[in-house]
Amino acid sequence: MTIAMFLAFVLATLGITVWSARKNTGSSAYFAAGRSITGWQNGLAVAGDYMSAASFLGISGMIAFFGYDGFMYSVGFLVAYLTVLFVVAEPLRNAGKYTMADLLAYRLQARPVRAAASLSTLTVSTFYMVAQMIGAGVLVSTLLKDYGWISANGAIAGVGVLMIIYVIFGGMRGTTWVQIIKAILLMAATFVLSFLVMKHYDFSFAKFFDAIANLSYQDAKGNEVTRNFLDPGWKFGAAATAGTGGWGPLDLVSLGLALVLGTAGLPHVLVRFYTVPDAKTARVSVIWAMIIIGVFYLLTTFLGFGAATLLKPHNIANENMAAPELAHFLGGDVFFAFISAVAFATILAVVAGLTISASTSFAHDFYTNVLNHGKEVAPHKEVRIARIAAFFVGAISIGLAIVFQNINVAFLVGLAFAVAASANLPVIVLSVFWKRFNTAGAVAGLLVGLAGSILLIIISPSVMGVDGPEVAAAKRRLIQAPALFPLTNPGIVSIPLGFLAAILGTLVGKREPESEAKFAEFSVRAHTGLGAEKASDH
Amino acid sequence: MQNPSKPDWDELARRPGFQALIDAKKRFIVPCCIFFLLYYSALLYLVGWHPELMKKPLIGKVNGAYLFALSQFAMAWGMAWLYMRKAASYDRMAAEVIRDVNH
Repeated sequence: MTIAMFLAFVLATLGITVWSARKNTGSSAYFAAGRSITGWQNGLAVAGDYMSAASFLGISGMIAFFGYDGFMYSVGFLVAYLTVLFVVAEPLRNAGKYTMADLLAYRLQARPVRAAASLSTLTVSTFYMVAQMIGAGVLVSTLLKDYGWISANGAIAGVGVLMIIYVIFGGMRGTTWVQIIKAILLMAATFVLSFLVMKHYDFSFAKFFDAIANLSYQDAKGNEVTRNFLDPGWKFGAAATAGTGGWGPLDLVSLGLALVLGTAGLPHVLVRFYTVPDAKTARVSVIWAMIIIGVFYLLTTFLGFGAATLLKPHNIANENMAAPELAHFLGGDVFFAFISAVAFATILAVVAGLTISASTSFAHDFYTNVLNHGKEVAPHKEVRIARIAAFFVGAISIGLAIVFQNINVAFLVGLAFAVAASANLPVIVLSVFWKRFNTAGAVAGLLVGLAGSILLIIISPSVMGVDGPEVAAAKRRLIQAPALFPLTNPGIVSIPLGFLAAILGTLVGKREPESEAKFAEFSVRAHTGLGAEKASDH
Repeated sequence: MQNPSKPDWDELARRPGFQALIDAKKRFIVPCCIFFLLYYSALLYLVGWHPELMKKPLIGKVNGAYLFALSQFAMAWGMAWLYMRKAASYDRMAAEVIRDVNH
């Protein structure tokens, strides 16, 4: 049953890919869907790109196990879109062509800036992608445990191969439609689940919240406890984290900052704004995305607290399985199969979105503008390079995901947000608003933000720590020594560091009269849309 | 770049209409960004350092922490709606600035 639903989704999306492959002619079609996606379609696609398995499975699980603190992720993920709306979407659409680096390189020296931006794009995308693929492996091997012939490695490789096919043949148009379908399925699944949860409570919010506030279950040691799951602090509270120094509240702030500022620096979200005809449509698509994403994250209340109250945390196999198990409890085998297929579709779609943004950046930024000094490459050649890059990005991610499959998924996604917030956002903001900003500042900001956030993660408790003998080999941390940095989320240090490096780099580097002279041109283009890339005819 | 005659960017940037557009955008966007970052940080701060205050039930069993979190959704949608309305006037101002440029 489950496998039939998986196959149905895979076949449907492959059909779309074949259909869009026929319409893909020219690089604007391949990289930006001919800039012909409408506002609500792109809004759905942005939402589809964004609501990853970490959201659907991860947040419901986090709420099911830790209550209110898990809901803090939901809040951050939506508020983040205000940064996208106010600061990034419209200037990006007006002044760029295919990638984030287009915006940065507009008035700065193209080669160093694009090389650094491409490195950071590939890093963010790879971390994010490896996380999704590990998630796919866990999900598929748990869901399909009746089918012994499907292993976690097989699932990872299968997801990888499928997404390579989507991206290489379907290009941006195919990927966009995969996102749209997935977003609709995910929203439908979430609505039905929420409805069933409330049906269980006779559609009475009072009953529902009473149950959340008096939740009796067995804690990790098997003791019967009653807790109020609406209370904050079960995960990030000073008391809950007392064993590791009580840094929880600061960690929450650090995480919140990375979420709110990192979204506007995620390459796979940014490239979506090139698929629409103009900046106004880009704005409309952010609004649509905010409506869809907001409703979805509001509904995580029902998924997460529903799983907590109806299943009880100690009955849920692991954090990532709360939503599928809730579906099984409320809707039986068929609904369970449907929800599992939706979760699988979610992973597939997000991975495809990541692959296309990474390979576009490689082809457009690195190959065309760094290796070939920005000399016009024939469009079909740029597309061919991107397809080859998509193949390698996919292959490398499959390899990394298999090697690192025991690494915590949330940690990898957190790393992606932290790198995006620390490396990408400062240089985007400064290049749009600061005339004096120069090449040295951009390169310094990108590299220090990138290196700083990765280094802080390596010396954080996520990677460093002394595990007792009771910890299973697969879950032991990579470096068995006391962590040098107390927070698991580096944002609160690395984001200011990224800004500081970009500003200091600018002030220390010598002034660039050409860059400053081009600020007028850049501003007029960014704010009026004059000379922006037009939609192609097909 | 596609334009046969390149627009005179510096002249465009000096036009009063363009300066007015930039000023209008800044007047709205800067305070809005400061407000939403503060509003969001307030939630993180209160939840992190004043959990007892946030645990107080306000409506039935629903406590301040959850209500404040819900209000963040309303805040985000409200600001997006406000911006949407404001942006229509930016579009008109921008169109006015580049009206006589062939593009």
